[in-house]
Order: sequence, then C-alpha cells, then structure tokens
Amino acid sequence: MQDITEHFVELIKSTSTDLSPDVETALIDACSQEKEGSAAHGALVTILENIKLARETGRPICQDTGTPIFYVWYPVDMSQRQMREQIQSAVRIATERAYLRPNAVEALSGKNSGNNTGVDFPTIHFNEWEHDYLKVGLMLKGGGSENCGAQYSVPSPEFPASRDLKGVRKAVLDAAYKAQGLGCAPGILGVGIGGDRATSIIKGKEQLFRTLVDTNPDPELDKMEKQLHLEINELGIGPMGFGGKTTVLGVKMAQLHRVPASFFVSIAYMCWADRRKIMTIKNGSITIEAP
Amino acid sequence: MATKLIIPISEKEIRALKVGDQVLLNGVVFTARDAGHKYMIENFVKGTCPDSEKQMYKVLKEGLSGGVIYHCGPVVRKRDDGRYEFVAAGPTTSIREEPYQADVMAHFGVRGVIGKGGMRDRTLKGCQEHGAVYLHAIGGAAPLIAECCKEVLDVYKLDFGVPEAFWKLRVVDFPCVVTMDSHGKSLHDKVRTDSEAKLQQLLAG
Repeated sequence: MQDITEHFVELIKSTSTDLSPDVETALIDACSQEKEGSAAHGALVTILENIKLARETGRPICQDTGTPIFYVWYPVDMSQRQMREQIQSAVRIATERAYLRPNAVEALSGKNSGNNTGVDFPTIHFNEWEHDYLKVGLMLKGGGSENCGAQYSVPSPEFPASRDLKGVRKAVLDAAYKAQGLGCAPGILGVGIGGDRATSIIKGKEQLFRTLVDTNPDPELDKMEKQLHLEINELGIGPMGFGGKTTVLGVKMAQLHRVPASFFVSIAYMCWADRRKIMTIKNGSITIEAP
Repeated sequence: MATKLIIPISEKEIRALKVGDQVLLNGVVFTARDAGHKYMIENFVKGTCPDSEKQMYKVLKEGLSGGVIYHCGPVVRKRDDGRYEFVAAGPTTSIREEPYQADVMAHFGVRGVIGKGGMRDRTLKGCQEHGAVYLHAIGGAAPLIAECCKEVLDVYKLDFGVPEAFWKLRVVDFPCVVTMDSHGKSLHDKVRTDSEAKLQQLLAG
C-alpha cells in the first residue's frame, strides 16, 4: 500500500484548525439572535473571532484537541493493518507539529504517552465498502463535551419513560438539561436509539458527521430532530450556559436494531468546536472537505 | 460594554461588579489547577510553611493579594531565547477546585478566579465574605486567549508538569463574564433553576 501518512497529517491539521462552514454559519446565526451587550452575545462574538484566528494562524481551535476518532471506508484490496500504522504515525507527527495536544494518558496512573498513541488510542473504525476509492472521516472529540454525554436504559426505576419516540424525546431533553453549559454550549447532540450499549453510542457519535442543515431520511426522526432542536433552545441555557436563545445548534438521530429486552437511548454531546472533516483519495486526487 | 479591570483589583471595584457583567482583565495573573491548589492548602493555608517553600510563599503572597487565579492548563512553547510563550490557553473546568477555592481566596486575598463551568456554594460564600468574583472565560477560545497572554513572566513548580505548574503571566484585555459575584448571586444557579422549570413544562406538555 502507498504511504499516505502525510495526507492523514493534513486531515488532522485541517480538522483541528479550520472549522466547517455549516457550524460557523450556525454560530453566526446564533450570534445575530442574541441581544447585543448580553453575555451570550459576547461569548459568541469571542467564539467567532477565535475560529477566524485559528484558521489564519493554523493553530488548534481549542487546546483540548480531544480523542481523534477516525472512520475509514476502504476498497476491498487495502490493508487495515498498514492503514492503522500510517494513521498512528500521522497522529505522532501532528502532535509534534502542535496540531494536537498530547492527550493520551494511561487510565489509572494518568501517565501521558506524549504522542497521542496508546491502547486503542486514537480510535479507528474500519469499514470495507463497495467503491474503489478511500474515504476517511476524522472527528476530534474534546473531553469536556464527552463528559456531558449520557446513556438511558428505558424504562428504568430512575428513568420512567416509554419505549417509543416520546421516551426518546424525554431522554434527550433530560440530557440537554443536565449538560447545562458544561460541554461548551451551544453544542450538537448525536443520538443513537436501540442497539446494545456500545453500538448505540457509536451510532449517536456517527450522526455528528451529518451536515447541520440536512434532512433525516426517516420522516418521523426528521420531525423529532427539528422539534428537539427548538425545545432544547427553549430551555434557555444559552452559549457557555450564560442564558440565551441558542443552547444547541442541532440534534441528529438514528436508530438501529435491538434485542426485545433492551431499549437504549445514547446521547453524544459535541461542543461548539465541532471539529470533523472528510478526506477522499480517488484516482490519485485528494480532497479534504466538510461533511 | 465591558469594564476594564487592572490587577491588583480593590475590594470596591469587585463589589461594584454584578452577575452578567463583561470585563477585560489587565495585569498579572497566576495559573493554578488541581496540583497547585492542593499544594497551597497543604503548605500555606492549613500547614506551617516549610523553609524550602518560603520563597514560593512570598511570590504567591505578593502576586495574589488583590490578584487573580486562572484555572488553565496551557499549551506552552519554549522559544529560541529560552523564554516561554502560550500557544493555546483556554479555561479548564473549575468545579474540581471547589474544596479548596474559598480557603485559598481568603488566605491570599484573591479578588478573582477565572475558569469555566462555574463553582458551587462554598466558593460563592467565599466570594461574598472576602470580596471576590468568579470570572467565566470562553471555553474553547484557546488561540484568542493565548493572544491576550502577552508575556510569560515566570514559572514555578514546573515539576508538577506543564499544565499544572504556576505560570505567572501578563494579560491584556482578557475577556471574561462575571458569573458569580460578591453579593451571593450565581448565574449558574439561576440558569439551572430556570431551565429546570422549563424542562418540567416541556415534559408535562
């Protein structure tokens, strides 16, 4: 396999320093809705200036460059093992170049590996697909926002809710309330419905790759996404939790099959610095773009 | 409009600040996180200062009287001339310092604590009693805040590690919002209470 380590480094740099236009547009829109002179307005003005500065200076948008999560869709004849090695090596190079902060620490001792690699770090999801080219998605998921994620087993004594879309709505509203501004609001919620505990949250996180203004192919879920977006904003938590009109920039949902006994609703919280990009390598040409 | 504050800050200036006010900080600030707070409590606030730490005590006593603590684990670069500079320096979550903050404030005469996410009752009471405020910086605004950190004046306890060391900085127009004032008001408590009422309304509807 050809060595594409440098392309992976470029993908990391672009993701860490250059926020996608759909998120920036949503933040500009949120800023115009807040009253000038309010703390919420001030926070969004600072955020927008920061996005510009990061792009111009090639510096990370946020010092918490988080867990790098790669999604690789590859053609039938490519080696997973070689790709893993190249991704790990790209992560080490990107850390040296300060596109990433060294974030991988041993779970119990807290000892930092210094180069963002370690046991199952970075995260890589491999999917072989039917096409003859390579597509790689990267998401940088900061710790503060990750801590605001939640998983509900519905119903439970602590969380009496129904096993339907109404119960899902209740779980998502509850998670958004509990997060307050701590996940660096305004955030984006990725929701996985069904599956087991692991697949459910993975599905939720995958939703964060969707463009903010897209339409869910499932009309029922599409309606609920739009309803929850408005309802969460009615909570009034606002940017940074200062109070205000925009608490989330979007809610994205998907369902997966489950066993009859379980019903999980898993919510991944992404901060306003919603860093995700997609690289495509097709017939020797390379593009890195927003989803 | 944002109020310009020059460190050291007087009690009168602090008492004039209310929740929701936007401020621009100017002057000398010290970073301190988990290890730093634990160290200050054990050696200076609760313990008797050991001889080996007397010099450090003097530095903090002078720097923090009327001064400001910043909850921050920066990305730092060492320049060719041997001096340091901040590359990315957004706030970290403050609640971890809740057990220590009020005592540190009282002992050193701290007037402001910068961080994110807010703090709880003990710190709020400390702000009220000693005339201090909690200043919320914008989470994630790392390069922008690093630009406000004009000069690294010194570093102490680097053996705690880069994020945990005490960094002495000169900041210019560092943007913050007062979210806990010296009159017992917390924006975080208000937003939590208001959003809970709204949540119940939505769930009942």
